[in-house]
Amino acid sequence: MDTTVTTGVKENVWGGGNRPLGASYGKLMMWFFLVSDALTFSGFLAAYGFSRFKFMDIWPIADEVFTHVPFFHGNYPMIYVAFMTFILIMSSVTMVLAVDAGHKMKQKAVIWYMFATIIGGAIFVGSQAWEWATFIKGDYGAIETKGGRILQFVNAETGERVALADFAKTIPSERVDHERKNGIWFYGETALPSFSVNEVVAGFKANPDILIRTETIGEDGHKTLLTRQESLDKLSDASQVVEGANLIHNEYGSRLFADFFFFITGFHGFHVFSGVVINLIIFFNVVLGTYEKRGHYEMVEKVGLYWHFVDLVWVFVFTFFYLV
Amino acid sequence: MADGHKLEIFRGLVKFKSNTQKIWGVLAFLTFVTAIEVVLGIYKPAGLVETHVLGMKLLNWIFIILTLVKAYYIAWDFMHLRDEKSSLRRAIVWTPVFLVIYLSFILLVEGDYIYNVYKDGFMAWNF
Repeated sequence: MDTTVTTGVKENVWGGGNRPLGASYGKLMMWFFLVSDALTFSGFLAAYGFSRFKFMDIWPIADEVFTHVPFFHGNYPMIYVAFMTFILIMSSVTMVLAVDAGHKMKQKAVIWYMFATIIGGAIFVGSQAWEWATFIKGDYGAIETKGGRILQFVNAETGERVALADFAKTIPSERVDHERKNGIWFYGETALPSFSVNEVVAGFKANPDILIRTETIGEDGHKTLLTRQESLDKLSDASQVVEGANLIHNEYGSRLFADFFFFITGFHGFHVFSGVVINLIIFFNVVLGTYEKRGHYEMVEKVGLYWHFVDLVWVFVFTFFYLV
Repeated sequence: MADGHKLEIFRGLVKFKSNTQKIWGVLAFLTFVTAIEVVLGIYKPAGLVETHVLGMKLLNWIFIILTLVKAYYIAWDFMHLRDEKSSLRRAIVWTPVFLVIYLSFILLVEGDYIYNVYKDGFMAWNF
């Protein structure tokens, strides 16, 4: 377990045989890395908190943003993230079991537990990719005003969100996508939204039972609904149609919300991904019997520390992004 | 290390027979805490949302405390901090705890200040 060479003579305090922290070099270094990585994530989350406090009364409500579950239609806030959390905790458990089996030098058990851990990690990364895809695609669409605020549409009777496609009018126009191949070659453009502002405004005027919902959170903790007249006035500020999310615009509300979502969950997802890769390497070493020959499974323990750390970070991301 | 596991959690209230059993016990506890969080997050009981403690909703305080509880058990039992020497444990835990409290205090106070500038300032962001 020691990476230092001991001479075998009686070790005194200053002779190098002293181990004040009772942990091997590799394990200590892993802990140092984890502490610094924890501070990096704390920096991100604290920055998120800063922006959120700054825009306290217009921040999107996570329950209304993350409402999808794969293969199911409808509105299920939180369910899928809870599932992802459980998957990650579960893979953490198989990891501890692998470490435990390693202490007992049971190679077979370590192999199977490591395998289960890798599968769990892969499911989590896949879920996160799906979550990103859903977030980027968006579902209802919204209007962005000149001031960069988001206006969403709600059915006045049911109080449910209305998608742009449900009411926007089709007005023939000549505006086409600017493509590099038949325009100025160095000037690109992202795909045009499905509707123009004029089509949405015309559709809104034609449907008297649709109201506008602003970003402002009222006393009751819900987003503020405008009256029909206020809605019509507000639409005069419309500047563009937003569908889904990117780093500059998003249909959910404050622009920073999407930025932090991509940044924090992306950084965490990258950790999970690299954790899966490192786990795979250690897994193959276990299969090849490297640690059996070495006489101890401390490498499994070290990679386990990293893996639990990823789980630990997710617990915080889950709270601050989805719950609070 | 194989024999050096401390098998008590909840300050000795629950004592497990083996390390494997302790792992499953901790999993059950973490799942239970997550389930509570999810249920509270979906239903958002009015009493907890309307009560404010130190400027934040009581519900959010509950979420943060439950998160710290989960973090404690992940670090102590899954990452074996319970079995490490107390000097190592303190070096690992208190350094980030101190720095994180410091950073979040500064940033959140500053964020709140800017919020008030936006709110009470002469400029209105209503376009």
